[in-house]
Amino acid sequence: MREMIKMVIVLTILATFSGSLLAAIHSKTKDRITNQILKFVKGPAIRKIFKEASNDPIVDRFDIKDGDETRSFFVGVFEGEPRAVAFETFGKGGYGGEVGLMVGIDVKEDKVVGVGVTTHAETPGMGAKAETDPSFVAQFEDLSLEDPFKVTQDGGTINALSGATLTSRAVSLAATEASGIYQKLKPQIEEKLKNFKK
Amino acid sequence: MAKTLTQEFVKGLWDEVPPFRLVLGLCPVLAVTKAVENGIGMGVATTFVLVCSNVLVATLRKVIPSKVRIASYIIIIATFVTIAELLMQAYTYPLFKKLGIFIPLIVVNCIILGRAEAFASKNGILRSLLDGLGFGIGFTLSLMALAAVRELLGTGDLTFWEKPIQIMGPWFQPFSFMVEAPGAFIALGLMLCLMNLVGKK
Repeated sequence: MREMIKMVIVLTILATFSGSLLAAIHSKTKDRITNQILKFVKGPAIRKIFKEASNDPIVDRFDIKDGDETRSFFVGVFEGEPRAVAFETFGKGGYGGEVGLMVGIDVKEDKVVGVGVTTHAETPGMGAKAETDPSFVAQFEDLSLEDPFKVTQDGGTINALSGATLTSRAVSLAATEASGIYQKLKPQIEEKLKNFKK
Repeated sequence: MAKTLTQEFVKGLWDEVPPFRLVLGLCPVLAVTKAVENGIGMGVATTFVLVCSNVLVATLRKVIPSKVRIASYIIIIATFVTIAELLMQAYTYPLFKKLGIFIPLIVVNCIILGRAEAFASKNGILRSLLDGLGFGIGFTLSLMALAAVRELLGTGDLTFWEKPIQIMGPWFQPFSFMVEAPGAFIALGLMLCLMNLVGKK
């Protein structure tokens, strides 16, 4: 009996100690990790979308609360005015799960500036081409938000990557979702952009 | 104790070097040795976990009841692996991305649990520290050696800190299968063979 109690006590103390240590380290590294992900995962996609922007979109960002979620918006300054935002959405149904997509939207004209895949677990050489093949994501450029973002098989205008219809569909879904979020949050986005210092 | 402190440290470097002599912990050995850089990263992370868990297990060896020792070791090891994972994510993100799932998998690396069970639970703190350090460095060097062979034959380059250095001249036709999975087995087998030839008494 005494041994049983000792086992329980030792394990409880160990687990508590380990839990609190990890919590402490997590809270210390959290900001740095967010910055690293911005720099290495979202950063390249944002820079590709806003390649003609005169500012650094990763530094110029703001957050908007959308229900329970907080979304980060990256501002692109073109010809001296902040006229585009980029944010990340996730499209379900990729071959390897969700596909993360960074979508840049021109606020003045309500059209897509460009998109870029951020995170995915698609097959290398097939679905992974969504990230590496610029001609696929280029199809989204300049599309109006009123256009349906669909692959040709579903009656849309996007030519799916050959052998990777599921991935292409997931990207299109993410773009559709982005359009929905944008339209819902547009008043807040415009408000934030107005206060944005050039 | 029959062994001196130096011997505790040195045995992990050659006599019992993990992947070649004990043939333990092969999962990361085969998977991440595509490039020297990955090998070093994996080796350092494993060394960190091994040293920390060895020291802690040795410190607590009289407190932990023997019936729940494995569970306790796993808690200790998993904690240090998570710490290593968070730190790598915060400070060496590109390397973290390349090693991917193999960082969390250090938890199930049998070298670490093996040393905790076979050595640290029976020896003092200093000895366990040296044992962990020796095995960790031995493991790192083995990974580097294997990765160097594979990367050199597979691509003709050696990568350090993101910078590939071309070693082979332009005449070299890379055996690209060496950086794929089958190349890992072949390179490991050849190195085992070499180690046995050299170490034969």
